[in-house]
This record gives sequence, structure tokens and C-alpha cells, in this order.
Amino acid sequence: MLIVAERINSSRKVIEEAVQSGDVGVIKHEAKIQADAGADYIDVNAGTFIREELKRLKWIVEVVQDTVSIPLCIDSPDPLVIAGILPIVKETPLINSITLEPSRLDTILPLAADYGARVIALCQSSDGMAETADQKVRMAHELVEKAEQAGIPQDFLYVDPLVYPIATNPHSAVAALEAMAAIKKGIPDVHTICGLTNVSYAVPERKLINRTFLVAAIVRGLDSAILDPTDKKLFGAMKAALAVMGKDEYCLEFIEAYRAERIA
Amino acid sequence: MSELLDTIKEAVVNRKRKEIEGLVSDAIEAGIEPVLIINKGLIEAMDVVGEQFAADDIFVPEMLASALAMKLGLAKVKPLLKTGDQPSLGTVLMGTVRGDMHDIGKNIVNMMLEGAGFTVVDLGVDLTLEKLMEEIENLKPDILGLSALLTITLPEMERAVLEIGEKGLRKNMKIMVGGAPVSKTFAEEIGADGHGEDAAEAVTLAKRLMGK
Repeated sequence: MLIVAERINSSRKVIEEAVQSGDVGVIKHEAKIQADAGADYIDVNAGTFIREELKRLKWIVEVVQDTVSIPLCIDSPDPLVIAGILPIVKETPLINSITLEPSRLDTILPLAADYGARVIALCQSSDGMAETADQKVRMAHELVEKAEQAGIPQDFLYVDPLVYPIATNPHSAVAALEAMAAIKKGIPDVHTICGLTNVSYAVPERKLINRTFLVAAIVRGLDSAILDPTDKKLFGAMKAALAVMGKDEYCLEFIEAYRAERIA
Repeated sequence: MSELLDTIKEAVVNRKRKEIEGLVSDAIEAGIEPVLIINKGLIEAMDVVGEQFAADDIFVPEMLASALAMKLGLAKVKPLLKTGDQPSLGTVLMGTVRGDMHDIGKNIVNMMLEGAGFTVVDLGVDLTLEKLMEEIENLKPDILGLSALLTITLPEMERAVLEIGEKGLRKNMKIMVGGAPVSKTFAEEIGADGHGEDAAEAVTLAKRLMGK
């Protein structure tokens, strides 16, 4: 399971304030606890800084790279921001994200190919976001095709079927889950990834819903996730689901996480 | 008579989606004016729901279930309205600005505005300026609601408000804006008529913009 650690995002107040005031300590701490918890990539996002996103994200990238050696996940919808960050990252990054919208596809894919970066691809086009499982799967195929044309192999692509709040549409999670299974079956080399927080929007005990969704997704073959690895209940549900699904031989990883007190 | 209206009101507040149509039919059969069923039953119920939400007593899905009950009831009684009855508080044109595909929040606001008695016309997402201008001129809405979720599409919101003003389309139309990155300050900066922090605030704001 590939883990993209999500905590360094300026939509969190503590991060926004740290970036605003240049508080290196907060960012360093966030990078370190996520790396220690088992992150494969550290997501960095400065999206709330209107007109200053690139400048702020550069600062975050430098601080994180000073602290940990694991690669970064460059999180921005803006091709100019991604183009500005790619030259300063030390380890080959994951780009978050492209969609089928030409403004993002045609600009970001060549950059990813140049830098040998892996890419998160959202099931979203100029006509909107894919809602049904069929739409999501169709867009996944299109994304893979576009990426291959740009010289990016299937194995470097992480398709996010996008999950919407079950609060507004009771079938939205099922649509995403069915798409995960169909993508895995139809395009075996491509990865599936998903953010977990959307699903629980506007519902109480959101984390419980998020965990449950993650387990259901792992059952459907999800192999990567954007999450908070320091959340022991979430991390525990993930490790348990992997063990139950036969993806953790002799439960060794589950036991290791237990000993390290990383699950609850 | 008022008892039947109270029952309808209570059913909407309590999200009785399966019972509401029967209750509205009972009221119609008892000879209650359709316009009263709407104003004293359905819309008053949604006022209560809006207050409950604003006070954090209920969650969004509960609010949406009430809005659905309200809509079911409304569909039952609407065909019986006489011409000249004015059941709508006004027409709201809604859309997500160009470059932005996000519509969850906007759709919640749509449902709540409909629940409150507005007529809502939804233009969807990724709305070009040309399309927006065309629809404003065609529809002549009382209110335009613009939504954005991405910070990079906020300038599109500013551009839309500016252009609508330059075209002289703001004389009979108010503009309200919303979405996660939209703040009161930003709304003021770009010259919008108002900003709602959530769906309940958007409804209160729309009523205020209509002078109600």
C-alpha cells in the first residue's frame, strides 16, 4: 500500500499560519511525524495562498526536504506551480494532479514525462467530474491512453476515481468503489488512489466513515491512499484490511505496526 | 385547517419523505388554498429547518432530507396554483465559475433555496462568461449565485462580477457568491452583493437581497 501523507496542506489552519509566519518548526515537525509513521510521499499543498501559491510552496518544499529524505507529492491544480516546483525537488516526486481538462493535461503530462515523475490522475474532464462508476472507468481508460501517449507508463499512473459525499448522494461511495474494482480488472498495471475525507463531508464522526470507506476500498483493490498516517485508528484499519485481504504475509506488517504502536 | 397545515409543517421538519405527499393531498381535499399549503406549511417548515441548521442542531443530510420532503409536497400542490398566485420568492440563477468543476456545495445551496421557496435555475459547472451573460439576459433572474472551490478560479469570479457590471446587468439583479475559499472580505473586494458561509446563510442572504 502506497501512502501519501496529507497533513502539510494550507487548508489546515495550523499549516496556513506556519507558512504565513515562516514557522519552520511546525512544518519540520509535520514532515517528521508523517515520515516516521510510514509515509511513502509527503504531500505539500499551499493552495489557499491566492497569487502566492508558488512562492509559499517553494518555501514548504525547502523546509520539508531539509527535514526528511522521502519524496514529495506536489499538490496543485496549477501547471505553473508544478513547473516551478519540479526543478527544486531532490527525489523524483508524485504530481497531484492531472485531469482530462486540456489546460492541465497538456501542460502537466509533458513535465511529468521530462522529470520521470509519477502522476495522480483524477476522473474529471471539461464536462465535469465523473459521477457514475461507468463514467469513472471510461475516464480512467482515457487518462491512461493520454498518459501513454505522453510517454508515461501505466505503472506510473495513480487513478483517483473521486468519491463524493454520501451526505448528498447515498450511492456516491459505491460508485467510487465499483470503479476501483473495474479499473483494477480492466487496466491491471495502473494504480488506484483515493482521498478519504470527501466521503464523510457533513456527517458526524467523519473519521469513522473515512475508515470504513478505506477498508471497503482496500477490499475492492485500492493500492494507494492519500491519508494521515499518524491517525492510529485509520492506519490500524488499513493494516488490518490488508492482512484480512491476504496482502500481508503471516500478518508481519500488521504485527510490526502493532509493536511500533502505530495502530489502535 | 391550521391543524392540517401544522401536520404538513411538522412532517417536513421531521423529514417524513414518505408521508408528505399523502398529507398534502389531505389538505387539498379539505379545501385548503394551495398557496396557503405552500406558504404556511412547506415554506414555514423550511424556515424552521434553516434555523435548526444555523444553530448546529441538525446536520446537512438531515437538512437535505427535509428539503426533499418539501419538494415532494410542492410538486403535489403546484399544479393547482391559480395564475396570479405568486409562490416563488424569486428566481436564482446558479453556477460554478469557469475552470472549476466543483458542485457539491452549490447543489446543496440549490436544494435549500428551492426548499425556501425560490425558483432555481442551475447552469452547472465550468461556466463561461458568454454563457453566463446569455442566460442572465434570457432569464432575467432576481439573484445570481456564483460558486468556486479552487483558489485559482477565484479570479474568474471577480471577472464575472466585473463584466456583469460593465454590461449593465446588475440594475435588477443581485449577485451572491460562495464556496470554501470565498470570504466576506473577498466578496466585498470584488463587489458582490453578499456572501453566505454555508447553505443556511445563503438562504438568509437570498431572502434579504429580495427585501424579505
